[in-house]
Amino acid sequence: MSASTNTEPMLSADGKPLKQSLARALRRQKIRALLLIAPLLIFIFIAFILPIISMLFRSVENDIVATTLPQTVAALETWDSSTGELPDEAVYAAFASDIQKAAKAKVHTKVGLRLNYEQSGIASLFKKTARKAKKWDMETDGPFKEKLIDVHKGWGKIETWQTLKVHSSNYTSGYFLNAIDMRKTADGPEFQPENKQILLTLFGRTLIMSLIITGSCLLFGYPVAWLLANLPMRQANLLMILVLLPFWTSLLVRTSAWKVMLQQQGVINDVLVNLGLVSDGARLVMINNEIGTIVAMTHILLPFMILPMYSVMQTIPPSYVRAAKSLGATNTTAFWRVYFPQSVPGIGAGSILVFILAIGYYITPEIVGGTKGVFISNRIAYHILRSLNWGLAAALGTILLVAVLILYWTYDKIVGIDNVKLGG
Amino acid sequence: MAKDTTGEAFVQFDRVQKSYDGETLVVKDLNLEMPRGEFLTMLGPSGSGKTTCLMMLAGFETATHGDILLDGVSINNIPPHKRGIGMVFQNYALFPHMTIAENLSFPLEVRKMGKSDREEKVKRALDMVEMGAFGGRRPAQLSGGQQQRIALARALVFEPELVLMDEPLGALDKQLREKMQFEITNLAHRLGITVVYVTHDQTEALTMSDRVAVFDDGRIQQLAKPDQLYEEPENSFVAQFIGENNTMEGTVKEIKDGLAMVELEGGEVIACKPVNVSKPGERTRVSIRPERVEYNKDRIRDNAQKLKAEVLEFIYMGDIFRTRLRVAGNDEFIVKTRNAPDQMRLKPGEQIEIGWLPEDCRALDA
Repeated sequence: MSASTNTEPMLSADGKPLKQSLARALRRQKIRALLLIAPLLIFIFIAFILPIISMLFRSVENDIVATTLPQTVAALETWDSSTGELPDEAVYAAFASDIQKAAKAKVHTKVGLRLNYEQSGIASLFKKTARKAKKWDMETDGPFKEKLIDVHKGWGKIETWQTLKVHSSNYTSGYFLNAIDMRKTADGPEFQPENKQILLTLFGRTLIMSLIITGSCLLFGYPVAWLLANLPMRQANLLMILVLLPFWTSLLVRTSAWKVMLQQQGVINDVLVNLGLVSDGARLVMINNEIGTIVAMTHILLPFMILPMYSVMQTIPPSYVRAAKSLGATNTTAFWRVYFPQSVPGIGAGSILVFILAIGYYITPEIVGGTKGVFISNRIAYHILRSLNWGLAAALGTILLVAVLILYWTYDKIVGIDNVKLGG
Repeated sequence: MAKDTTGEAFVQFDRVQKSYDGETLVVKDLNLEMPRGEFLTMLGPSGSGKTTCLMMLAGFETATHGDILLDGVSINNIPPHKRGIGMVFQNYALFPHMTIAENLSFPLEVRKMGKSDREEKVKRALDMVEMGAFGGRRPAQLSGGQQQRIALARALVFEPELVLMDEPLGALDKQLREKMQFEITNLAHRLGITVVYVTHDQTEALTMSDRVAVFDDGRIQQLAKPDQLYEEPENSFVAQFIGENNTMEGTVKEIKDGLAMVELEGGEVIACKPVNVSKPGERTRVSIRPERVEYNKDRIRDNAQKLKAEVLEFIYMGDIFRTRLRVAGNDEFIVKTRNAPDQMRLKPGEQIEIGWLPEDCRALDA
């Protein structure tokens, strides 16, 4: 007890500082705990964290031009693109040498493809040039300026060389600019021509539709969660099975079922026409557009809203509402003033979960979304699978990730993440 | 006590029954009348129906049969929020998302009271429970005892005539509980409110109440003042449930001069006060309080019922001695004696004679 009144640090029985002794005593436990979860940590690191990092890295990585055309890049350093004059012979010679090597190593198409993202037509330019350049003799066949322009008039255009120079650095912001409908030019970033602007619209649509889906999940899910938390055990269990039933059915089956329900010759339209509510000629268009995506995704994500809300509502004792009523509150007042505020953590948890799931959803918009109802994730998939522009896909993915993190942060600031409860 | 002089019951249960599943009755034929200003405690083991009765009175459960009257008016069809009954819940049920002041202001707000009136009343209620400085805090920042006071203040702030309390002190430690018992009774008598208090703690029931209703098996087993309940239990359930009791089974031999002669299992015949027995041959359970038994020769009166006993255990408890004896084949016979200078201290194995007054020994139902 005397030690605690002293300003000196507490000492343990053997005279060492108490904190140090405690740390030593706990270290063994900590190491053992760490060893136990080490396999999981390593697995997560290799199978999850590393791929994500490497994918994110692709969004800025751009060493292909510099490694394939090293002499050209070095020669272009001195060229000032703003003068409006073509580069001099040294650049052309360097390029001819580079493209010949690249053609022999069969890597010229990759560079062409990469630069084609920035300026369409470059891919064929590279292909044609490489075919010719294979036969040239570097020592005797110069000068190459006329020769190259002769092969393809693209080499006589300043834009081609500008594109080459702008995208010659090892790291680029080009993909990110592309991802927000801009492009990198010699004069700095500028917007894409209007007919090529689709990504910002897609981002906006993804955000707005995710919000609508979250909202409708909340609207439908709240009463169900309340029932689950307040019905007698037997009925609640039955209801819980109904809520979980969708989880036991494949996502594809459920989405396809909506296709059957919503299409113009589908169940809902048929019923409406038979009831005379809708004329046969004016069947509702509910699929391959926003409505289809919203309906199907609300249904699919509903359990993710219900379950967190249910687990929070379960912890609200019925005595609160009873107390409110005994104090003179009507049912409505008791609900809004006493029950609802206490269920907000559940609403928060469910909304975050549904929103984050929705914003990255892919399969359902792909199947029922048509062209108007697709999300940004569908575009990412397109760039990964079809156009093979992985850099752009990575940039889009990064933006999506950052957007979700910002929303999460904002939510934390406003509502407080401690208020989110997924159970207990 | 501000007992109503007109004799008309303020709260009345009239042949009330309650069933949850349609097969068993949780409350069987409950009849109870309470005058204005009374502090009545419903005491009983869990599942005895006492809380159900309270919930029916509050309006959270409906009676399956019978009428509940408040001030002469049947309240069966009045929803809880219109009954104007204050209630203190077991876990206080203070709204966690509101401050203490907001909690207290809530019943006034829903009554559409003006802001200045509300503040005035909240302040007065907080001062009443000596929590004036805590208005801005949240319930979670208060200790159990403080929350208890706030719950009490909230139930009283809208000035109800009837306040229900459902085991309000159950979560407090012993010392605090005793303090709060005193405060609650004091407050109730000072404000002249009628209180129905539910508890399973008999000490609480005895110390706080004007009358105690002992519940078991959906019925009131006995409704009496605390001293009556303790000293004159009407059946063996009440005798067992309230306080400690020595019981011995036997058969009535004869009844004469207001005393029943009961033959115990071991063959001894003792004189008892007949309560639930009326004729010879009936089985009975006799009960006697441990503190009414004496073993000091000087203290045993001449007219006492005397029996031989063997000391099995002698426990020194400070203010009292607690002695376990073997009496008439019963190994669990307890005697409590006051620690006085002239009191004997016994040793296990000692053979002694014990005695008690025949009227302290009650022959109850078997």
